[in-house]
Amino acid sequence: MTRTEFWQGNIASAEGALAAGCRFFGGYPITPSTEIAEHMAAKLPKKGGVFVQMEDEIASIASVIGASWTGARAMTATSGPGFSLMMENIGYAAMTETSCVIVNVQRGGPSTGQPTMAAQGDMMQCRFGSHGDYAVIALCPASVQEMYDLTAKAFNLADRYRVPVFLMADEVIGHMRERIIVPDAVEQTGRPAFVPGTPPFKPAAGSLIPGFPRFGNGYGTHVTGLTHDERGFPCATNPGLHAALVQRLVDKIESAAVELADFDMINPGAEQVFIAYGAPIRTVQQVLHDRPDKKIGFLRIRTVWPFPAHALAFFKNAQKFIVPELNLGQIAREIERHTCVPVVSVPKLGGDLHSPKELAAILEAGA
Amino acid sequence: MSFEDWLRQERLPHIYCAGCGNGTIINCTLAAVDSMGWKKEETIFVSGIGCSSRAPGYIVTDSLHTTHGRALAFATGVKLANPRLHVVVFTGDGDLAAIGGNHFIHACRRNIDLTVVCMNNQIYGMTGGQGSPTTPRGYLSTTTPYGSAEPAFDLGELAIAAGANYVARWTSFHVKELERAVKAGLETPGFSFVEALVQCPTNFGRRNKFRQVADQIEYLKAHSLLKAKRDRMIEKGETIPEDMFVVGELIRRNRPAMGLVPAEAKP
Repeated sequence: MTRTEFWQGNIASAEGALAAGCRFFGGYPITPSTEIAEHMAAKLPKKGGVFVQMEDEIASIASVIGASWTGARAMTATSGPGFSLMMENIGYAAMTETSCVIVNVQRGGPSTGQPTMAAQGDMMQCRFGSHGDYAVIALCPASVQEMYDLTAKAFNLADRYRVPVFLMADEVIGHMRERIIVPDAVEQTGRPAFVPGTPPFKPAAGSLIPGFPRFGNGYGTHVTGLTHDERGFPCATNPGLHAALVQRLVDKIESAAVELADFDMINPGAEQVFIAYGAPIRTVQQVLHDRPDKKIGFLRIRTVWPFPAHALAFFKNAQKFIVPELNLGQIAREIERHTCVPVVSVPKLGGDLHSPKELAAILEAGA
Repeated sequence: MSFEDWLRQERLPHIYCAGCGNGTIINCTLAAVDSMGWKKEETIFVSGIGCSSRAPGYIVTDSLHTTHGRALAFATGVKLANPRLHVVVFTGDGDLAAIGGNHFIHACRRNIDLTVVCMNNQIYGMTGGQGSPTTPRGYLSTTTPYGSAEPAFDLGELAIAAGANYVARWTSFHVKELERAVKAGLETPGFSFVEALVQCPTNFGRRNKFRQVADQIEYLKAHSLLKAKRDRMIEKGETIPEDMFVVGELIRRNRPAMGLVPAEAKP
């Protein structure tokens, strides 16, 4: 029996995490994500979980990584300035293949910027923000329902790929309230199984993801952010070993781009095609609603990283990709990289969403 | 069992320089851990970055070698998520008192059930001898070529003020006392902090007129002031010389602690 609720986006994210079996939250208050921490503080102890308010966001993500190595499903939630502080340890999580979920309810930046206004300015930061080469998974919700569903999904992906997974929400989606259908139960898949006696950072044949040697089971695993061999021991000056390790960390995500892809297509035969993720999806939906002639295409993306480049090819007649974003064109640039079709970036800063009129005007200009 | 049963023999020799005191501190810590009768699978070593923080790589248990300064935040996550694990943190003066200073005072305040062993060599050893928050005033390093102008941190006093349940300080000369202090720290619920001053012949001693390793150990011994003696000096109104540091058990108390196994869950 599902049930219907009228929830705020941030509450839905917290509830999605709880339903997915999240039992550790380490966080620090920051607008506009704080409701997630508050909700977890109230709910986690009743479920036998742990909520801890750390001294800053650096410590928050560190505590999450530590908890994850004990086998707990662990998460944190933050926004721009806190997200920036987390960057070094996000790289550590990528290097040590630590499953964890990081919610970023994006606000206007740079710096303190606009704490209470929506933005999508961290889309490149979540992909490339820590130093060195690595790859991550990032999901973008466009509704309260998706705050719930995608948070729950993020835990399964983090476990399966042993990687930090980002829920890249924004202030609009985080703070709006709408109807949500809460499922009875959420599917929970685990981390790849570890075979005792095998090198802990060596994937099984045919896989790029090693099994998880949970702390406390007597495997004696050494985990380090230094370049390490398959046994987990530092080996930081061997060029071939470093290259192979980093290549695998990237390949395990990038080679799964099709499998990880999560998008909807509307009118794939159209010549003018909107591409959007997160809050701007709502505006594009209104534009399409206002023009029921099926002449406008729409690619709405939930998995932004790895970028689902293959989805672009489904729009065979596309003459133009129109990309409204609450930033100066971060994903428009990524799209340009993958297509010969002209890309029209429709940036928007300041915290307001695009109006349907603004987007319709782009269509008229191109007609 | 002995401390040697806790070492990954196949990972030896270690990376430490000839004459380094860190091995002594690791030895004392492992001897104390060994005397607790803990299972290896229930013991976790966590560290940050620096010479001291390479120690967990030589220990057979699960171990987490983390980012610079953040060991206590990682360890907090491990301990809270699974309070049945015994968590021991190795750190150094730069790792703990400079970049990790905020995590240090908050871990003390939470009084989370960890035991922290700080190898204080009063210098950044791994990066080649830069001044640290515990480099004594007037001493030379590559970033204090005219002598450190800054007063040094008293880590023990900091831990006491911030709320740790157990605080002790010894040196690499006082091996028996140090082992007993670590054991007392392991036995004390809540946050336990044991500072061990160590010689760093390569990057501290060499630049500060300690021509031999033993000269610096001799210095540490000669400048150690037993807490009881310090207390007597204060009573008599005597001045404590700036170059002396207090050794001994500095505090043992029973403030409410975090990260303990819930009473009803104990077998």
